[in-house]
Amino acid sequence: MTKENSEYLIERYDNVYEVVIGLEVHAQVTSNSKLFSSSSTKFGAEPNTQVSLVDAAFPGMLPVINEFCVKQAIKTGIGLRAQINKRSVFDRKNYFYADLPQGYQISQFKYPIVGEGKVVLDMPSGQKEVGIERLHLEQDAGKSIHDIDPQNTLVDLNRSGVALMEIVSKPDLRSPDEVSAYIKKLRSIMRYLGTCDGNMQEGSLRADVNVSVRLKDSKELGTRCEIKNVNSIKFMQMAIDYEANRQVDLIEEGKSIDQETRLFDTKKNETRSMRSKEDAHDYRYFPDPDLLPLEVTDEFIDNLKKDIPELPDDKKKRFIDEFKVSPYEATILVSDIDTAKYFEEVVAKMGKNKDIKLAVNWITGELFAVLNNKNLEISQSPISAKNLAKLVNLIKNGTISGKIAKTIFELMMDGDKDPQIIVEEKGLKQESDPKALEALIDKIINDNREKAIEYKNGKEKLFGFFVGQAMKVSGGKANPQLINEILKKKL
Amino acid sequence: MSIDLKTIKHISKLSRISVDEKKAEKLAGDLNSIFNFIEKLNELNTDNVEPLTSVAETTLKFRSDEVKNQNIREQIIKNSPEDNEDFFVVPKVVE
Amino acid sequence: MSDITSQTLTSLVKNIKEKKLSSEEVTKAFVDRSEKSKELNAYITEDFSNAIDKAKKFDEKPNLDLKLPGIPMAVKDLFCTKDIRTTAGSKILENFVPTYESTVTENIWNEGGILLGKLNCDEFAMGSSNETSFYGNVQNPIDKGLVPGGSSGGSAAAVSGQLTPITIGTDTGGSIRQPASFTGTVGLKPTYGSCSRYGIVAFASSLDQAGPMTQNVEDCALLQEVISTYDNKDSTSIDFKRAQYSKDLTKDIKGKKIGIPKEYRVEGMPKEIEDLWKKGIEYAKDCGAEIIDISLPNTSYALPTYYIVAPAEASSNLARYDGVKYGFRAKGENLIDMYEKTRSEGFGAEVQRRIMIGTYVLSSGYYDAYYLKAQKVRKLIKNDFDEAYKKVDAILTPSTPSSAFKIGEKKNDPVSMYLNDIFTVPVNLAGLPAISIPAGHDAAGYPLGLQIIGKAFQEQEILNLAYAMEDKINFKNKITDWWIK
Repeated sequence: MTKENSEYLIERYDNVYEVVIGLEVHAQVTSNSKLFSSSSTKFGAEPNTQVSLVDAAFPGMLPVINEFCVKQAIKTGIGLRAQINKRSVFDRKNYFYADLPQGYQISQFKYPIVGEGKVVLDMPSGQKEVGIERLHLEQDAGKSIHDIDPQNTLVDLNRSGVALMEIVSKPDLRSPDEVSAYIKKLRSIMRYLGTCDGNMQEGSLRADVNVSVRLKDSKELGTRCEIKNVNSIKFMQMAIDYEANRQVDLIEEGKSIDQETRLFDTKKNETRSMRSKEDAHDYRYFPDPDLLPLEVTDEFIDNLKKDIPELPDDKKKRFIDEFKVSPYEATILVSDIDTAKYFEEVVAKMGKNKDIKLAVNWITGELFAVLNNKNLEISQSPISAKNLAKLVNLIKNGTISGKIAKTIFELMMDGDKDPQIIVEEKGLKQESDPKALEALIDKIINDNREKAIEYKNGKEKLFGFFVGQAMKVSGGKANPQLINEILKKKL
Repeated sequence: MSIDLKTIKHISKLSRISVDEKKAEKLAGDLNSIFNFIEKLNELNTDNVEPLTSVAETTLKFRSDEVKNQNIREQIIKNSPEDNEDFFVVPKVVE
Repeated sequence: MSDITSQTLTSLVKNIKEKKLSSEEVTKAFVDRSEKSKELNAYITEDFSNAIDKAKKFDEKPNLDLKLPGIPMAVKDLFCTKDIRTTAGSKILENFVPTYESTVTENIWNEGGILLGKLNCDEFAMGSSNETSFYGNVQNPIDKGLVPGGSSGGSAAAVSGQLTPITIGTDTGGSIRQPASFTGTVGLKPTYGSCSRYGIVAFASSLDQAGPMTQNVEDCALLQEVISTYDNKDSTSIDFKRAQYSKDLTKDIKGKKIGIPKEYRVEGMPKEIEDLWKKGIEYAKDCGAEIIDISLPNTSYALPTYYIVAPAEASSNLARYDGVKYGFRAKGENLIDMYEKTRSEGFGAEVQRRIMIGTYVLSSGYYDAYYLKAQKVRKLIKNDFDEAYKKVDAILTPSTPSSAFKIGEKKNDPVSMYLNDIFTVPVNLAGLPAISIPAGHDAAGYPLGLQIIGKAFQEQEILNLAYAMEDKINFKNKITDWWIK
């Protein structure tokens, strides 16, 4: 595998293959109740406590659609710059499985609620547009638990009937990195809109990955395999890597690729075929006769458009124009709505004479490091935006040095302490009086005459020694810039 | 149009109903006579006709996003064939 | 008062309201007669002692403003009744006890009705003779060894035999009207969307409708008033202004235009049916109606269309009967084995046949040729009616192509059985209301019915026409009580 201009290619002797990837992302809609019933959708409840008669498919039960879920789907479509279909139809997808109580899933086959759209990715090599084929609403299934009872499978229907948005991309992705960027972008857009929380650990976001390979300049698509239900970006990347190589190996051996459904085995890090019978996938789609076609008006859609907040791409542009952050920094700041909010709050609280660049560094550097370490989301940050803004201001106006700021930062974490108060309590104000510093430096030079002479004779490394001494003597509070200036003058 | 045994076996797999040879033969016979009768529809040209899905002349009515059904687990599991208070229990799938 | 069980609903309600009868007396009378009528096999589940308790309770504090005050009645075993076993005539629901009530029966209990028990029917409403029920055949009270029709066979027999003053059935292709015709009773299939389907075991969702089955039109109108309501738990329920069917019932049909569709004159139609139809036309004229010849060109395609659409929807609706959540479960070595055994043992032959047909017509490669085609033909059939209704107010046809046949006579020939529905099926495909009223007897003395089809939501119109004609026809059902022990 080589990376040519960050292209993801697979080489075997003389042949160079590229990988064609399409994703079907299943995103759980953020809503209070399920798509066709009034049960709760809360994660983590005791088994079968959020199941209604409709969810469990009792005789005579009928579906009734949740307006809010329809709105969420349309809003997501707007976020994907997609065509909203004013008329769409719910179809039954018929198959048997223990966690599918009706024996069919209510989905949308021929006429989905959202049509073609696009998503723009910021890749190192530049921007890449990924086409969206469609988005439709469908029911989630329940959960089958295979490992509690050795003889049997246990079924929990809490998740059965929760609204899902299935977002189908065009086969425009070409590498595991692009897949990662795509998932993150989708997640980001939906979190901005509040239509899906994108929490992959809780199963709010899963994907089926379609992988095929072809010779690099071929226009035809190879036979694809579908890797089902991958629930982390890391696994998606590993699965793609494994599967693409598997397919290339087969082709190189002169064998053909069976179009099939595969699973990613997270223990062995490989994909394997699902041993289901060939005829298992005749879903016999037909329009659900318990439901009528869904019709929404232009007015309905326009009202939703009004509710759309500033989305990542637009926010990124504004951050670059208004705050003069670099595109790279902007991408990081807008990638998650909570990060963007935090940043904007810090900027607002910094008031006049703000050093935005410094703020960005502290957020993406020190703060991110802490959050990562403690496994926290930025919304759970132990330091509030207000206080971080204060800290940055204190550095900017010279009250403290950058080095001292790090110490203060640590102290702030304990209960989100006000940095100003810490400075005062601990007497950490930076010493910036030139006269005092000159006196301090004079004394150091006096006490180290030999080293001073050595330095003047060319041992430049000793400059650091003097800086270090100045810091030591001042208890770290000396203004480093001034120290540098004065030392240069005096040595 | 003739429905053969292979087709019967295929459909019975899809509908999760088991058939033995004897039953499959009888079904093939029944279905063939029923389909002969149904074939009559081929007499009609329906090229420019829109399919009708519902005679209910109304649009899909919305429900508000309120949680109404509380925990009725006891009711839900009450009728299940296996004796487990928390889960539905089924034989394992052969993977 | 003697002969409580031979009174009409209207008469019973009047007597209860006037305190000439108590609910307990009435209920005991029907329980007593029902208990003596086991040979008819009309009941699957009896709830007699509870019924009497409820009747006593009603009498303690009678609410005489209700429409069915203390009136006992049995219902087709397709309606889910809370805490009372509901089987749909199938083994697969043999021990199923719902914890919920269907909207239609809820309406009845709210108006003072009292449940006597659950009535026999063809399994999952699939059949035209009540011969596919897991709980055995039903005898037609008209004569021993005769089918009562189906799928609401137990219901029709119970009303005809006066085991219950009224009942409700369901009609997907004729399952109310055909048995009504076979048993000399009245049966109404309302407009699709008029009665809620919530809590009714589903057969074919775009065709199913609940409806009243009674001894006369007046009773039918009152019961329709009770059961027809808008229900937001059913997405196909329609919110239209429902008339006060019994209050507005009138025999004055002067000037009404009644269409006679020539395509209903099918080849090989028995002369008796032809004669009955002619007589009906005369009666209508006598009432002051105008007779107009109309054409419903696609009539002959209705049955094939129905036998694609209904099984298709049924194959999907019955997928939930898998032994996982409720109902019968067979032992299986693994999940698929369990499914296959459960469904082969739990479903009867007719149901399995229809599931197979339905699965086939929806399957890959066949969907366009069958299901999609059928839905297009359905549109044509509906268009035929829409066109006709530009010229007429209602349509008059026979209800069935024959009188009741013998038990076992058509059991081995599915197609011959399906032909029973030839006059009733187009109505379900178009979603229209239609009523069957007894109009005469054949040479053997068995009842024959006439069907009046109306415009969508115009139940009042056809009830009125039926009311007027019923009066002229003056039909007397010859019930000899041959089965009473």
